[in-house]
Amino acid sequence: MKDFINRFGFPRLIIIIFLILLMAVAIYLDIPLSGLITDILVRFGMNAILVLAMVPGIQAGIGLNFNIPLGIICGLIGALISVEFKLQGFVGLFASILIAIPLAIITGFFYGKMLNRVKGQEMTVGNYVGYSVVSFMCIFWLLAPFRSPELIWAYGGSGLRVTVSLESSIRHVLNNFLAFNIGNITVPTGLILFFALFALIIWLYSRSHKGLSMIVAGSNEKFALSNGIDVDKERIKGTVISTVLAAIGIIVYSQAFGFLQLYNAPLYSAMPAAAAILIGGASIKRASIAHVIIGTLLFQSLLVIALPVINVIAEGSMSEVIRIIVSNGIILYALTREGGKAA
Amino acid sequence: MYLLQMKNISKNYGENRVLNNVSLSIEEGEIHGLVGENGAGKSTLMNILFGMPVIHSTGGYEGEMLVNNEPYKPASPEDAMLAGIGMVHQEFMLIPGFTITENIKLNRERTTPSFLSKIFGKRLEKLDMESMSKDAKAALKKLDMDIDEYLPVAGLPVGHMQFIEIAREIDKSKMKLLILDEPTAVLTESEASKFLEVIRKLAELGISVLFISHRLDEIKEVTDRITILRDGEVVKTVETKDIGINEIARLMVGRQIDFSQKEKNSRHISDEYILEIKNLRVNMPGEEVKGIDLNVRRGEILGIGGLAGQGKLGIANGIMGLYESSGKIVKDGKELPLNNPREILKSSIAFLSEDRRGVGLLLDDTIEFNIAFSSLEIHEEFLRKIGPFKLIDRKGIREHANKMVKDLDIRCTSPRQRVRSLSGGNQQKVCIARALTLEPDLLLVSEPTRGIDIGAKKLVLDTLVKLNREYGVTIVITSSELGELRQVADRIAIIYDGKVAGILPPDASDEHFGLLMAGKDIEKVVD
Repeated sequence: MKDFINRFGFPRLIIIIFLILLMAVAIYLDIPLSGLITDILVRFGMNAILVLAMVPGIQAGIGLNFNIPLGIICGLIGALISVEFKLQGFVGLFASILIAIPLAIITGFFYGKMLNRVKGQEMTVGNYVGYSVVSFMCIFWLLAPFRSPELIWAYGGSGLRVTVSLESSIRHVLNNFLAFNIGNITVPTGLILFFALFALIIWLYSRSHKGLSMIVAGSNEKFALSNGIDVDKERIKGTVISTVLAAIGIIVYSQAFGFLQLYNAPLYSAMPAAAAILIGGASIKRASIAHVIIGTLLFQSLLVIALPVINVIAEGSMSEVIRIIVSNGIILYALTREGGKAA
Repeated sequence: MYLLQMKNISKNYGENRVLNNVSLSIEEGEIHGLVGENGAGKSTLMNILFGMPVIHSTGGYEGEMLVNNEPYKPASPEDAMLAGIGMVHQEFMLIPGFTITENIKLNRERTTPSFLSKIFGKRLEKLDMESMSKDAKAALKKLDMDIDEYLPVAGLPVGHMQFIEIAREIDKSKMKLLILDEPTAVLTESEASKFLEVIRKLAELGISVLFISHRLDEIKEVTDRITILRDGEVVKTVETKDIGINEIARLMVGRQIDFSQKEKNSRHISDEYILEIKNLRVNMPGEEVKGIDLNVRRGEILGIGGLAGQGKLGIANGIMGLYESSGKIVKDGKELPLNNPREILKSSIAFLSEDRRGVGLLLDDTIEFNIAFSSLEIHEEFLRKIGPFKLIDRKGIREHANKMVKDLDIRCTSPRQRVRSLSGGNQQKVCIARALTLEPDLLLVSEPTRGIDIGAKKLVLDTLVKLNREYGVTIVITSSELGELRQVADRIAIIYDGKVAGILPPDASDEHFGLLMAGKDIEKVVD
């Protein structure tokens, strides 16, 4: 039994027990379970790629990439440009992604270079770079030369809105692709397939020669060096891949959410993603696709179920509070583990 | 009258007996030298004397100690200080940003009451800088140091730092015995000679000095008596005037060596060089190589010996390109690029690092992955082509690992076991397996038996000899244990001060080895 708990991980066990409890309460309170499950599937699909973005960073040895806001901004720019040109449906989606990727590669490259100068403090530095970049972009959003009335403030003038509706462009293109119903549960097939595609790519990469070099560079720098691996280059690779995934991730997230959130919104994306992968069993040294899937499922289920249950039991909106406590608590727990062992 | 008597001190680290019935006594005002190879037990003895926590956490020691004929049982370094024993460590224990005065008076500051201290107690009293600097000046004066005591320590020459450390010790009013652990190792020649004068002066002031050094001529010059340690036992305590440097060297190194492998004398080794090292300089902190010329013949086992810190470890690390190096390395007539580990590995050179757990292994990965990775990375082996992708071939790796586990007798539950949970000897075998998988024709091995118990040591050495004899791998083995080198090597190069002091056959006399390790020119001293 003890062995099982050790292997499965204590935090995961607690969260699963908590989830089952919540589920029981939800049934007792007559909250429709089918709606909850649909929600869980959607939220899993929309967040999974952002969580996946943590994997290459951890593998390459830069730890949790708290600077995914950088990639997210690239993704947002891609989406904004595609809206500006009135692209719709899959054309709009792929155009956004195609614009975002080169931007993410460039910014990821320079960010990676910077991280090589602050080895050992990547997570702290990442956090603050995230803050600075997001603040800087607040100026950019105001000054950017977008013209489409959907993007700029309704009262004319200039500057982008805080939230941009994607109603007329790419809203739900993935969610609705091949979607089908089982009873009252809607399965967002396209969304989940899209994540599966990227998960497969990362999985293949981490079993390839190049991927293995990157993982080894991340797990033991000196060992990697003595095997002729250019550690700095591998770290940059990991950072770039992570940034690109974040850019794609936010586009997928936004199309499911229906809105692009600008200004300070990208800041709040790193913590839940980091928390999710840690809940899944990753450590700051080791992460796999399985960690992403388990972690995202658990984390999002917790939010989805806790929200209506707690809103019924306790008056007022408690869900945000719970979310913050869970995500930050898990990050804290993982970071205090000796030597970054798996949480 | 004896100031300090240590009687029949013994100490075990686990199964290892590192000190065995060591007795040592120091008279008042005496300068006593302590010499021995690395691992002879000098540091352990000093740790016991100084009451270091490491002694108590590993089960304490046996035997008794007397200071001024009173029993002395230090439970912590503080007890040692109270008994009047001070130590100057090899590494400086100074705070760079503080002034000389502050460093000398650290934790023994002179203070005057202030209004905060009246409320919150003595710890908040104000520093009395004036009387502190007076003390500092007096201590420095005793050492003939004329330096502004308000200067910060950062940026001072190392020689000065050494003196400040000593000033701090002698400022303690009850100071009776000063332990100096290789104090001249970092000093230039002129600084060192001034340093020796100061030691004499301290002895005149009535302070006893226990002087630990590898520089035998300094020991000979400054001490009154000498104790020689070897393998945790006292070989001899002798009046300095009755013994010569040659004799000290011989006693220090001398060891029963089993020359069972007599066949090696009849072994024919060609004169062809597999590796030529020309003027190699390696900037490896603590093991700097300062221009080495060394040739390795095809098919031999070349030993590289010498004391710690003289640069022997830097050679293999420099060749591999793990530390910045300059010079020229020629393998099979082809010059190799420096500072480029990948090219070196591609030229059929493999390396077993002295830092097995740090550099040599991925501790949290499986045995099989550790064995296969180098070859996967360098030769692109163990990869399977699937469509456009080249993926890792788990099955091939498993098969290869199983074979290696059997060949090298790696004791594990399965090749999927994590390397961290293996014993030191088995970890070393995993490293050897990894190097073998690269199919090298030249293998650089650093400290292969460090941290391995005695039984496993022999196995590791036997494995290396087997590689050499059966597969014709040329081996360069670097080790602090001379005995081990003399067992397996065909020739032994002794490194001193970053240079080759000389190359000896394994059956050369103890005296010759001892002298080379102490940096003496062998032709000048012998006959």
